[in-house]
Amino acid sequence: MVDLSFAIDPVYIATIFIFIIGLQRMSHPLTARSGIVWAGAAMLIATLVTFLTPDLTNFALIAIAIVIGGGLGYIAAKRVAMTDMPQMVAIYNGMGGGAAAGIAAVHLLGTTTAATSTLAVVGGLIGAVSFSGSLIAFLKLQGWMRPRPITFPGQQVINMAVLALAVVSGILILWQPSFIPLSVATYLPLFFVLSLGFGFLMTLPIGGADMPVVISMYNAFTGLAVALDGFSFATPNYAMVVAGVIVGAAGSLLTLLMARAMNRSIPNILFGAFGATEETGTEIQGSLKPIEADDVAVLLAYANTAIIVPGYGMAVAQAQQRVKELADLLESKNVEVKFAIHPVAGRMPGHMNVLLAEAGISYDHLFDRDEINPEFPDTDVVLVIGANDVVNPAAHRQGSPLYGMPILDVELAKNVIVLKRGEGKGFAGIENDLFYRDNTRMLYGDAKESVGKIVQALKKL
Amino acid sequence: MDITLFWTAVLIVILAAFTGYVVISRVPVILHTPLMSGSNFIHGIVLVGAMVALGLATTTGEKIIGFVAVILGAANVTGGYVITERILQMFDRSKKKPEKEG
Repeated sequence: MVDLSFAIDPVYIATIFIFIIGLQRMSHPLTARSGIVWAGAAMLIATLVTFLTPDLTNFALIAIAIVIGGGLGYIAAKRVAMTDMPQMVAIYNGMGGGAAAGIAAVHLLGTTTAATSTLAVVGGLIGAVSFSGSLIAFLKLQGWMRPRPITFPGQQVINMAVLALAVVSGILILWQPSFIPLSVATYLPLFFVLSLGFGFLMTLPIGGADMPVVISMYNAFTGLAVALDGFSFATPNYAMVVAGVIVGAAGSLLTLLMARAMNRSIPNILFGAFGATEETGTEIQGSLKPIEADDVAVLLAYANTAIIVPGYGMAVAQAQQRVKELADLLESKNVEVKFAIHPVAGRMPGHMNVLLAEAGISYDHLFDRDEINPEFPDTDVVLVIGANDVVNPAAHRQGSPLYGMPILDVELAKNVIVLKRGEGKGFAGIENDLFYRDNTRMLYGDAKESVGKIVQALKKL
Repeated sequence: MDITLFWTAVLIVILAAFTGYVVISRVPVILHTPLMSGSNFIHGIVLVGAMVALGLATTTGEKIIGFVAVILGAANVTGGYVITERILQMFDRSKKKPEKEG
Protein backbone atom coordinates (compact mmCIF):
# COMPACT_ATOMS: atom_id res chain seq x y z
CA MET A 1 0.00 0.00 0.00
CA VAL A 2 1.18 3.51 -0.75
CA ASP A 3 2.30 5.30 2.38
CA LEU A 4 -0.11 8.17 2.81
CA SER A 5 0.71 8.84 6.46
CA PHE A 6 2.19 12.24 5.50
CA ALA A 7 -1.43 13.38 5.20
CA ILE A 8 -2.19 12.80 8.91
CA ASP A 9 -0.56 15.88 10.41
CA PRO A 10 -1.92 18.46 7.95
CA VAL A 11 -5.39 16.97 8.26
CA TYR A 12 -5.21 17.06 12.06
CA ILE A 13 -4.14 20.71 11.91
CA ALA A 14 -7.02 21.50 9.57
CA THR A 15 -9.36 19.61 11.92
CA ILE A 16 -8.30 21.75 14.87
CA PHE A 17 -8.79 24.89 12.85
CA ILE A 18 -12.29 23.85 11.79
CA PHE A 19 -13.16 22.84 15.39
CA ILE A 20 -12.29 26.35 16.51
CA ILE A 21 -14.38 27.90 13.74
CA GLY A 22 -17.21 25.53 14.64
CA LEU A 23 -17.13 26.50 18.32
CA GLN A 24 -16.91 30.16 17.36
CA ARG A 25 -20.02 29.81 15.20
CA MET A 26 -21.80 27.86 17.94
CA SER A 27 -21.39 30.82 20.27
CA HIS A 28 -23.66 33.08 18.20
CA PRO A 29 -27.38 32.26 17.89
CA LEU A 30 -27.56 32.98 14.17
CA THR A 31 -24.64 30.81 13.10
CA ALA A 32 -24.91 28.16 15.81
CA ARG A 33 -26.44 25.48 13.62
CA SER A 34 -23.71 25.59 11.01
CA GLY A 35 -21.06 25.38 13.73
CA ILE A 36 -21.81 21.78 14.62
CA VAL A 37 -21.95 20.79 10.95
CA TRP A 38 -18.45 22.20 10.40
CA ALA A 39 -17.13 20.43 13.47
CA GLY A 40 -18.81 17.21 12.43
CA ALA A 41 -17.21 17.26 8.98
CA ALA A 42 -13.80 17.86 10.54
CA MET A 43 -14.28 14.95 12.93
CA LEU A 44 -15.21 12.63 10.08
CA ILE A 45 -12.10 13.51 8.08
CA ALA A 46 -9.88 13.19 11.16
CA THR A 47 -11.29 9.73 11.84
CA LEU A 48 -10.74 8.57 8.26
CA VAL A 49 -7.17 9.87 8.05
CA THR A 50 -6.30 8.09 11.32
CA PHE A 51 -6.58 4.78 9.44
CA LEU A 52 -3.40 5.83 7.59
CA THR A 53 -1.36 5.77 10.84
CA PRO A 54 1.88 3.79 10.20
CA ASP A 55 2.06 0.23 11.59
CA LEU A 56 -1.66 0.23 12.41
CA THR A 57 -3.18 -3.26 12.68
CA ASN A 58 -6.47 -4.69 13.97
CA PHE A 59 -8.37 -2.79 11.26
CA ALA A 60 -11.35 -5.11 11.50
CA LEU A 61 -11.60 -4.67 15.26
CA ILE A 62 -11.41 -0.88 14.91
CA ALA A 63 -14.11 -0.84 12.25
CA ILE A 64 -16.41 -3.14 14.25
CA ALA A 65 -15.97 -1.05 17.41
CA ILE A 66 -16.71 2.17 15.52
CA VAL A 67 -19.86 0.67 14.03
CA ILE A 68 -21.07 -0.66 17.40
CA GLY A 69 -20.28 2.48 19.43
CA GLY A 70 -21.18 4.95 16.71
CA GLY A 71 -24.39 3.12 15.88
CA LEU A 72 -25.57 2.87 19.47
CA GLY A 73 -24.64 6.48 20.18
CA TYR A 74 -26.48 7.64 17.07
CA ILE A 75 -29.66 5.66 17.68
CA ALA A 76 -29.91 6.56 21.37
CA ALA A 77 -29.35 10.25 20.64
CA LYS A 78 -31.97 10.25 17.87
CA ARG A 79 -34.61 8.50 19.97
CA VAL A 80 -34.31 10.34 23.25
CA ALA A 81 -36.87 13.04 24.07
CA MET A 82 -35.68 16.65 24.19
CA THR A 83 -36.44 16.75 27.91
CA ASP A 84 -33.82 14.07 28.51
CA MET A 85 -31.07 16.07 26.76
CA PRO A 86 -29.13 16.99 29.93
CA GLN A 87 -28.56 13.42 30.99
CA MET A 88 -27.64 12.43 27.43
CA VAL A 89 -24.90 15.06 27.44
CA ALA A 90 -23.77 13.55 30.75
CA ILE A 91 -23.64 9.98 29.48
CA TYR A 92 -21.81 10.81 26.23
CA ASN A 93 -19.36 12.89 28.18
CA GLY A 94 -18.79 9.94 30.49
CA MET A 95 -18.09 7.75 27.48
CA GLY A 96 -15.43 10.18 26.27
CA GLY A 97 -13.88 10.03 29.74
CA GLY A 98 -14.03 6.24 29.67
CA ALA A 99 -12.32 6.16 26.27
CA ALA A 100 -9.59 8.45 27.63
CA ALA A 101 -9.11 6.14 30.61
CA GLY A 102 -8.96 3.15 28.26
CA ILE A 103 -6.27 4.77 26.10
CA ALA A 104 -4.24 5.48 29.24
CA ALA A 105 -4.60 1.85 30.35
CA VAL A 106 -3.40 0.49 26.99
CA HIS A 107 -0.37 2.80 27.17
CA LEU A 108 0.54 1.76 30.68
CA LEU A 109 0.29 -1.93 29.75
CA GLY A 110 2.67 -1.42 26.83
CA THR A 111 6.19 -0.06 26.75
CA THR A 112 6.36 3.59 27.72
CA THR A 113 8.85 6.20 28.86
CA ALA A 114 8.73 7.88 32.26
CA ALA A 115 7.34 11.11 30.82
CA THR A 116 4.57 9.56 28.72
CA SER A 117 3.46 7.13 31.42
CA THR A 118 3.22 9.96 33.97
CA LEU A 119 0.91 11.82 31.61
CA ALA A 120 -1.05 8.61 30.98
CA VAL A 121 -1.54 8.06 34.74
CA VAL A 122 -2.85 11.60 35.25
CA GLY A 123 -5.02 11.36 32.13
CA GLY A 124 -6.31 7.96 33.24
CA LEU A 125 -7.23 9.25 36.69
CA ILE A 126 -9.12 12.27 35.35
CA GLY A 127 -10.78 10.24 32.59
CA ALA A 128 -11.95 7.56 35.03
CA VAL A 129 -13.33 10.15 37.48
CA SER A 130 -15.19 11.81 34.60
CA PHE A 131 -16.57 8.44 33.50
CA SER A 132 -17.99 7.28 36.83
CA GLY A 133 -19.00 10.79 37.91
CA SER A 134 -20.93 11.39 34.68
CA LEU A 135 -22.59 8.00 35.08
CA ILE A 136 -23.93 9.00 38.51
CA ALA A 137 -25.06 12.35 37.08
CA PHE A 138 -26.89 10.44 34.33
CA LEU A 139 -28.56 8.05 36.78
CA LYS A 140 -29.67 10.90 39.03
CA LEU A 141 -31.12 13.00 36.19
CA GLN A 142 -32.74 9.96 34.58
CA GLY A 143 -34.44 9.24 37.89
CA TRP A 144 -32.88 5.77 38.16
CA MET A 145 -31.21 6.93 41.31
CA ARG A 146 -32.41 9.20 44.12
CA PRO A 147 -31.60 12.73 42.89
CA ARG A 148 -31.30 14.17 46.40
CA PRO A 149 -27.79 14.42 47.84
CA ILE A 150 -26.60 11.18 49.39
CA THR A 151 -24.53 11.85 52.48
CA PHE A 152 -23.05 9.80 55.28
CA PRO A 153 -20.80 10.60 58.25
CA GLY A 154 -17.16 11.12 57.41
CA GLN A 155 -17.96 11.37 53.70
CA GLN A 156 -15.34 14.00 52.88
CA VAL A 157 -12.65 12.09 54.76
CA ILE A 158 -13.48 8.83 52.99
CA ASN A 159 -13.59 10.55 49.58
CA MET A 160 -10.20 12.16 50.16
CA ALA A 161 -8.78 8.85 51.36
CA VAL A 162 -9.97 7.09 48.19
CA LEU A 163 -8.44 9.84 46.05
CA ALA A 164 -5.17 9.61 47.98
CA LEU A 165 -5.07 5.82 47.52
CA ALA A 166 -5.76 6.24 43.78
CA VAL A 167 -2.85 8.67 43.56
CA VAL A 168 -0.60 6.29 45.53
CA SER A 169 -1.44 3.37 43.24
CA GLY A 170 -0.78 5.67 40.27
CA ILE A 171 2.65 6.45 41.71
CA LEU A 172 3.27 2.71 42.21
CA ILE A 173 2.53 2.12 38.49
CA LEU A 174 5.24 4.65 37.60
CA TRP A 175 7.72 3.75 40.31
CA GLN A 176 7.33 -0.04 40.71
CA PRO A 177 9.55 -0.20 43.80
CA SER A 178 11.69 -3.34 44.01
CA PHE A 179 10.75 -4.01 47.65
CA ILE A 180 7.13 -4.78 46.67
CA PRO A 181 6.94 -7.95 44.54
CA LEU A 182 4.00 -6.76 42.45
CA SER A 183 3.79 -5.67 38.81
CA VAL A 184 1.81 -3.16 36.73
CA ALA A 185 -0.75 -5.91 36.14
CA THR A 186 -1.67 -5.61 39.85
CA TYR A 187 -1.37 -1.86 40.28
CA LEU A 188 -3.28 -0.92 37.16
CA PRO A 189 -6.68 -2.50 38.03
CA LEU A 190 -6.32 -1.18 41.58
CA PHE A 191 -5.58 2.30 40.23
CA PHE A 192 -8.62 2.33 37.98
CA VAL A 193 -10.99 0.85 40.56
CA LEU A 194 -9.95 3.55 43.03
CA SER A 195 -10.21 6.33 40.42
CA LEU A 196 -13.66 5.18 39.34
CA GLY A 197 -14.65 4.87 43.00
CA PHE A 198 -13.61 8.44 43.65
CA GLY A 199 -15.78 9.67 40.75
CA PHE A 200 -18.79 7.81 42.18
CA LEU A 201 -18.25 9.03 45.74
CA MET A 202 -17.57 12.60 44.70
CA THR A 203 -20.87 12.84 42.79
CA LEU A 204 -23.13 11.13 45.37
CA PRO A 205 -23.51 14.16 47.67
CA ILE A 206 -24.38 16.50 44.79
CA GLY A 207 -28.08 17.20 44.34
CA GLY A 208 -29.96 17.11 41.06
CA ALA A 209 -30.35 20.89 40.93
CA ASP A 210 -26.58 21.31 40.72
CA MET A 211 -26.08 18.56 38.18
CA PRO A 212 -25.76 20.81 35.08
CA VAL A 213 -22.80 22.58 36.65
CA VAL A 214 -21.26 19.26 37.57
CA ILE A 215 -21.79 17.84 34.07
CA SER A 216 -20.09 20.90 32.65
CA MET A 217 -17.19 20.32 35.06
CA TYR A 218 -16.83 16.68 34.03
CA ASN A 219 -16.97 17.86 30.42
CA ALA A 220 -13.91 20.00 31.13
CA PHE A 221 -12.32 17.00 32.92
CA THR A 222 -12.77 14.79 29.87
CA GLY A 223 -11.21 17.48 27.68
CA LEU A 224 -8.21 17.60 29.99
CA ALA A 225 -7.90 13.81 30.05
CA VAL A 226 -8.00 13.71 26.24
CA ALA A 227 -5.26 16.35 26.06
CA LEU A 228 -3.04 14.41 28.49
CA ASP A 229 -3.62 11.20 26.54
CA GLY A 230 -2.63 13.04 23.37
CA PHE A 231 0.79 13.71 24.90
CA SER A 232 1.20 10.14 26.09
CA PHE A 233 1.72 8.81 22.56
CA ALA A 234 5.28 8.25 21.32
CA THR A 235 4.72 11.12 18.89
CA PRO A 236 2.21 13.51 20.48
CA ASN A 237 -1.21 13.54 18.86
CA TYR A 238 -1.71 17.29 18.63
CA ALA A 239 -5.30 17.00 17.42
CA MET A 240 -6.17 15.42 20.78
CA VAL A 241 -3.98 17.84 22.71
CA VAL A 242 -5.39 21.02 21.20
CA ALA A 243 -9.03 19.89 21.05
CA GLY A 244 -8.74 18.55 24.61
CA VAL A 245 -7.22 21.74 25.99
CA ILE A 246 -9.80 23.91 24.20
CA VAL A 247 -12.63 21.87 25.71
CA GLY A 248 -10.89 21.90 29.09
CA ALA A 249 -10.60 25.70 29.06
CA ALA A 250 -14.01 26.36 27.51
CA GLY A 251 -15.66 23.82 29.81
CA SER A 252 -14.07 25.33 32.91
CA LEU A 253 -15.24 28.80 31.95
CA LEU A 254 -18.73 27.50 31.17
CA THR A 255 -18.82 25.79 34.58
CA LEU A 256 -17.96 29.08 36.29
CA LEU A 257 -20.56 31.02 34.27
CA MET A 258 -23.27 28.50 35.17
CA ALA A 259 -22.33 28.51 38.84
CA ARG A 260 -22.41 32.31 38.79
CA ALA A 261 -25.91 32.29 37.26
CA MET A 262 -27.03 30.29 40.31
CA ASN A 263 -24.98 32.43 42.68
CA ARG A 264 -23.13 29.36 43.92
CA SER A 265 -19.43 28.71 44.23
CA ILE A 266 -17.84 25.55 42.84
CA PRO A 267 -16.60 24.30 46.26
CA ASN A 268 -20.08 24.90 47.65
CA ILE A 269 -21.61 22.80 44.87
CA LEU A 270 -19.07 20.00 45.25
CA PHE A 271 -18.93 19.79 49.02
CA GLY A 272 -22.04 21.62 50.21
CA ALA A 273 -24.46 18.66 49.83
CA PHE A 274 -26.97 21.34 48.84
CA GLY A 275 -30.54 20.53 49.79
CA ALA A 276 -29.60 17.62 52.05
CA THR A 277 -30.51 19.44 55.22
CA GLU A 278 -33.77 21.13 56.09
CA GLU A 279 -33.81 24.75 57.04
CA THR A 280 -34.89 24.97 60.65
CA GLY A 281 -36.34 27.71 62.80
CA THR A 282 -38.52 29.42 60.18
CA GLU A 283 -42.24 28.93 60.27
CA ILE A 284 -44.11 29.48 57.05
CA GLN A 285 -47.24 31.56 57.53
CA GLY A 286 -50.47 30.99 55.66
CA SER A 287 -51.93 28.00 53.88
CA LEU A 288 -52.04 26.37 50.46
CA LYS A 289 -55.09 27.63 48.56
CA PRO A 290 -56.22 25.47 45.63
CA ILE A 291 -57.99 26.87 42.56
CA GLU A 292 -59.89 25.32 39.63
CA ALA A 293 -58.89 25.66 35.96
CA ASP A 294 -62.15 27.49 35.13
CA ASP A 295 -61.36 30.20 37.66
CA VAL A 296 -57.84 30.55 36.29
CA ALA A 297 -59.30 31.02 32.81
CA VAL A 298 -61.59 33.83 34.05
CA LEU A 299 -58.70 35.49 35.87
CA LEU A 300 -56.57 35.36 32.73
CA ALA A 301 -59.30 36.49 30.37
CA TYR A 302 -59.82 39.72 32.28
CA ALA A 303 -56.13 40.44 32.82
CA ASN A 304 -54.20 43.07 30.89
CA THR A 305 -50.82 41.50 31.39
CA ALA A 306 -49.77 37.95 32.08
CA ILE A 307 -46.34 36.44 32.57
CA ILE A 308 -45.69 32.72 32.18
CA VAL A 309 -42.83 31.23 34.19
CA PRO A 310 -41.92 27.78 32.86
CA GLY A 311 -39.88 25.26 34.81
CA TYR A 312 -38.88 21.65 34.80
CA GLY A 313 -42.49 20.56 35.43
CA MET A 314 -43.43 21.90 32.00
CA ALA A 315 -40.59 19.93 30.44
CA VAL A 316 -41.54 16.69 32.20
CA ALA A 317 -45.21 17.02 31.23
CA GLN A 318 -44.26 17.97 27.63
CA ALA A 319 -46.68 20.86 28.04
CA GLN A 320 -44.86 23.38 25.82
CA GLN A 321 -47.23 22.92 22.87
CA ARG A 322 -50.29 23.56 25.07
CA VAL A 323 -48.55 26.55 26.60
CA LYS A 324 -48.04 27.98 23.14
CA GLU A 325 -51.75 27.42 22.46
CA LEU A 326 -52.64 29.21 25.69
CA ALA A 327 -50.37 32.15 24.87
CA ASP A 328 -51.87 32.51 21.38
CA LEU A 329 -55.40 32.36 22.78
CA LEU A 330 -54.67 35.01 25.40
CA GLU A 331 -53.11 37.31 22.83
CA SER A 332 -56.22 36.99 20.69
CA LYS A 333 -58.10 38.24 23.78
CA ASN A 334 -55.75 41.23 23.98
CA VAL A 335 -53.84 39.99 26.98
CA GLU A 336 -50.17 40.87 26.81
CA VAL A 337 -48.25 37.62 27.34
CA LYS A 338 -44.58 37.39 28.22
CA PHE A 339 -42.38 34.49 29.21
CA ALA A 340 -39.95 34.89 32.09
CA ILE A 341 -36.96 32.58 31.74
CA HIS A 342 -34.73 32.00 34.71
CA PRO A 343 -31.18 31.16 33.60
CA VAL A 344 -31.23 27.84 35.43
CA ALA A 345 -34.90 26.92 35.06
CA GLY A 346 -35.14 23.29 34.07
CA ARG A 347 -32.08 21.14 34.33
CA MET A 348 -29.70 23.16 32.18
CA PRO A 349 -29.16 26.80 31.33
CA GLY A 350 -31.21 27.54 28.25
CA HIS A 351 -33.33 24.40 28.72
CA MET A 352 -36.58 26.40 28.68
CA ASN A 353 -35.54 28.48 25.66
CA VAL A 354 -34.96 25.27 23.74
CA LEU A 355 -38.35 23.79 24.66
CA LEU A 356 -40.31 26.97 23.96
CA ALA A 357 -38.48 27.37 20.67
CA GLU A 358 -39.48 23.80 19.85
CA ALA A 359 -43.12 24.71 20.45
CA GLY A 360 -42.73 27.67 18.10
CA ILE A 361 -42.84 30.52 20.60
CA SER A 362 -40.76 33.28 19.12
CA TYR A 363 -37.77 34.83 20.83
CA ASP A 364 -39.25 38.28 21.30
CA HIS A 365 -41.71 36.82 23.85
CA LEU A 366 -38.92 35.45 26.03
CA PHE A 367 -37.34 37.64 28.68
CA ASP A 368 -34.55 36.81 31.05
CA ARG A 369 -34.54 37.46 34.77
CA ASP A 370 -33.03 40.93 34.82
CA GLU A 371 -35.27 42.19 32.03
CA ILE A 372 -38.54 40.96 33.49
CA ASN A 373 -38.10 41.34 37.26
CA PRO A 374 -39.11 45.05 37.35
CA GLU A 375 -42.36 44.17 35.55
CA PHE A 376 -43.82 41.76 38.11
CA PRO A 377 -45.42 44.42 40.39
CA ASP A 378 -47.48 45.70 37.41
CA THR A 379 -48.50 42.25 36.23
CA ASP A 380 -52.05 41.00 36.74
CA VAL A 381 -51.48 37.25 36.56
CA VAL A 382 -48.33 35.18 36.76
CA LEU A 383 -48.62 31.56 35.71
CA VAL A 384 -45.87 29.43 37.23
CA ILE A 385 -45.78 26.19 35.26
CA GLY A 386 -43.76 23.57 37.06
CA ALA A 387 -41.10 25.94 38.36
CA ASN A 388 -40.24 25.95 42.04
CA ASP A 389 -36.79 26.85 43.33
CA VAL A 390 -36.28 29.69 40.83
CA VAL A 391 -39.36 31.51 42.21
CA ASN A 392 -38.77 30.74 45.90
CA PRO A 393 -38.70 33.99 47.91
CA ALA A 394 -36.64 32.12 50.52
CA ALA A 395 -33.69 33.21 48.38
CA HIS A 396 -34.14 36.69 49.86
CA ARG A 397 -34.08 35.40 53.45
CA GLN A 398 -30.78 35.08 55.25
CA GLY A 399 -30.17 31.61 56.64
CA SER A 400 -32.05 29.82 53.88
CA PRO A 401 -30.00 27.33 51.86
CA LEU A 402 -31.20 29.23 48.79
CA TYR A 403 -30.11 32.60 50.20
CA GLY A 404 -28.51 34.82 47.59
CA MET A 405 -29.68 32.91 44.53
CA PRO A 406 -31.15 35.42 42.09
CA ILE A 407 -34.81 34.52 41.56
CA LEU A 408 -37.81 35.71 39.58
CA ASP A 409 -39.76 37.99 41.91
CA VAL A 410 -43.17 36.58 41.01
CA GLU A 411 -44.50 37.10 44.54
CA LEU A 412 -44.79 40.82 43.71
CA ALA A 413 -47.44 40.21 41.05
CA LYS A 414 -51.14 40.80 41.79
CA ASN A 415 -52.12 37.15 41.27
CA VAL A 416 -49.87 34.13 41.17
CA ILE A 417 -51.14 30.80 39.89
CA VAL A 418 -48.84 27.86 40.52
CA LEU A 419 -49.35 24.78 38.36
CA LYS A 420 -47.93 21.87 40.26
CA ARG A 421 -48.19 18.12 40.21
CA GLY A 422 -48.56 17.72 43.97
CA GLU A 423 -47.54 19.23 47.25
CA GLY A 424 -43.91 18.09 46.97
CA LYS A 425 -40.84 20.26 47.21
CA GLY A 426 -38.59 21.50 44.44
CA PHE A 427 -35.41 19.84 43.31
CA ALA A 428 -33.43 21.64 45.97
CA GLY A 429 -35.76 20.05 48.51
CA ILE A 430 -36.69 23.34 50.15
CA GLU A 431 -40.19 24.42 51.18
CA ASN A 432 -41.46 27.27 49.02
CA ASP A 433 -43.29 29.98 50.96
CA LEU A 434 -44.50 31.56 47.71
CA PHE A 435 -47.16 28.84 47.68
CA TYR A 436 -48.51 30.05 51.02
CA ARG A 437 -48.77 33.73 50.09
CA ASP A 438 -52.18 35.45 50.08
CA ASN A 439 -51.96 36.26 46.36
CA THR A 440 -51.01 32.70 45.39
CA ARG A 441 -53.38 29.96 44.24
CA MET A 442 -52.43 26.37 43.53
CA LEU A 443 -53.67 24.43 40.50
CA TYR A 444 -52.75 20.81 41.09
CA GLY A 445 -52.29 18.25 38.36
CA ASP A 446 -50.13 17.35 35.39
CA ALA A 447 -48.99 20.57 33.70
CA LYS A 448 -50.10 19.46 30.24
CA GLU A 449 -53.60 18.55 31.44
CA SER A 450 -53.96 21.67 33.57
CA VAL A 451 -52.94 24.00 30.75
CA GLY A 452 -55.28 22.07 28.45
CA LYS A 453 -58.17 22.61 30.87
CA ILE A 454 -57.42 26.34 31.08
CA VAL A 455 -57.38 26.53 27.26
CA GLN A 456 -60.74 24.72 27.05
CA ALA A 457 -62.28 26.99 29.67
CA LEU A 458 -60.94 30.08 27.90
CA LYS A 459 -62.47 29.00 24.61
CA LYS A 460 -65.90 28.74 26.25
CA LEU A 461 -65.74 32.25 27.70
CA MET B 1 10.35 13.98 25.37
CA ASP B 2 13.28 16.34 24.68
CA ILE B 3 13.40 19.89 25.93
CA THR B 4 12.50 21.64 22.64
CA LEU B 5 9.48 19.42 22.25
CA PHE B 6 8.53 20.14 25.85
CA TRP B 7 8.46 23.91 25.36
CA THR B 8 6.64 23.55 22.05
CA ALA B 9 4.03 21.51 23.91
CA VAL B 10 3.73 24.17 26.63
CA LEU B 11 3.26 26.85 23.97
CA ILE B 12 0.56 24.85 22.21
CA VAL B 13 -1.29 24.20 25.46
CA ILE B 14 -1.25 27.90 26.41
CA LEU B 15 -2.51 29.00 22.99
CA ALA B 16 -5.21 26.33 22.95
CA ALA B 17 -6.40 27.23 26.46
CA PHE B 18 -6.55 30.89 25.48
CA THR B 19 -8.53 30.01 22.35
CA GLY B 20 -11.05 27.98 24.37
CA TYR B 21 -11.44 30.85 26.82
CA VAL B 22 -11.93 33.52 24.16
CA VAL B 23 -14.41 31.48 22.14
CA ILE B 24 -16.66 30.88 25.16
CA SER B 25 -16.52 34.24 26.94
CA ARG B 26 -19.43 36.62 26.39
CA VAL B 27 -21.77 33.86 25.26
CA PRO B 28 -25.50 34.45 25.91
CA VAL B 29 -27.01 32.16 28.55
CA ILE B 30 -29.36 30.52 26.05
CA LEU B 31 -26.37 29.08 24.23
CA HIS B 32 -24.80 27.49 27.31
CA THR B 33 -26.53 24.17 26.79
CA PRO B 34 -25.73 23.81 23.07
CA LEU B 35 -22.14 24.89 23.72
CA MET B 36 -21.74 22.38 26.50
CA SER B 37 -23.10 19.74 24.17
CA GLY B 38 -20.91 21.03 21.32
CA SER B 39 -17.72 20.93 23.35
CA ASN B 40 -18.81 17.48 24.52
CA PHE B 41 -18.77 16.50 20.86
CA ILE B 42 -15.36 18.13 20.26
CA HIS B 43 -13.65 15.98 22.89
CA GLY B 44 -14.95 13.03 20.91
CA ILE B 45 -11.60 13.45 19.12
CA VAL B 46 -10.57 10.93 21.78
CA LEU B 47 -11.80 8.43 19.18
CA VAL B 48 -8.69 8.88 17.03
CA GLY B 49 -6.51 8.18 20.06
CA ALA B 50 -8.51 5.08 20.89
CA MET B 51 -8.18 3.92 17.25
CA VAL B 52 -4.39 4.28 17.40
CA ALA B 53 -4.28 2.56 20.81
CA LEU B 54 -6.27 -0.39 19.49
CA GLY B 55 -4.41 -0.40 16.17
CA LEU B 56 -1.03 -0.70 17.90
CA ALA B 57 -2.24 -3.14 20.60
CA THR B 58 -0.50 -6.51 20.65
CA THR B 59 -1.67 -8.48 23.70
CA THR B 60 -5.25 -9.66 24.19
CA GLY B 61 -5.66 -7.45 27.26
CA GLU B 62 -4.62 -4.35 25.34
CA LYS B 63 -6.92 -5.28 22.48
CA ILE B 64 -9.95 -5.70 24.76
CA ILE B 65 -9.39 -2.37 26.50
CA GLY B 66 -8.66 -0.66 23.17
CA PHE B 67 -11.80 -2.15 21.64
CA VAL B 68 -13.96 -0.84 24.49
CA ALA B 69 -12.22 2.55 24.25
CA VAL B 70 -13.04 2.81 20.53
CA ILE B 71 -16.69 1.89 21.21
CA LEU B 72 -16.94 4.57 23.91
CA GLY B 73 -15.13 7.16 21.78
CA ALA B 74 -17.33 6.48 18.75
CA ALA B 75 -20.47 6.77 20.87
CA ASN B 76 -19.16 10.08 22.24
CA VAL B 77 -18.74 11.33 18.66
CA THR B 78 -22.06 10.29 17.13
CA GLY B 79 -24.14 10.88 20.26
CA GLY B 80 -22.52 14.25 20.91
CA TYR B 81 -23.11 15.31 17.32
CA VAL B 82 -26.75 14.26 17.15
CA ILE B 83 -27.65 15.82 20.52
CA THR B 84 -26.00 19.13 19.61
CA GLU B 85 -27.58 19.11 16.18
CA ARG B 86 -31.04 18.46 17.63
CA ILE B 87 -30.71 21.26 20.19
CA LEU B 88 -29.50 23.74 17.57
CA GLN B 89 -32.13 22.67 15.05
CA MET B 90 -34.80 24.14 17.32
CA PHE B 91 -33.08 27.48 17.43
CA ASP B 92 -32.85 27.49 13.69
CA ARG B 93 -36.47 26.64 13.02
CA SER B 94 -37.92 29.16 15.43
CA LYS B 95 -35.78 31.86 13.85
CA LYS B 96 -37.03 31.28 10.35
CA LYS B 97 -40.74 30.70 10.75
CA PRO B 98 -41.92 31.34 14.28
CA GLU B 99 -45.54 31.84 13.28
CA LYS B 100 -46.12 28.64 11.38
CA GLU B 101 -45.48 26.27 14.26
CA GLY B 102 -48.08 24.71 16.54
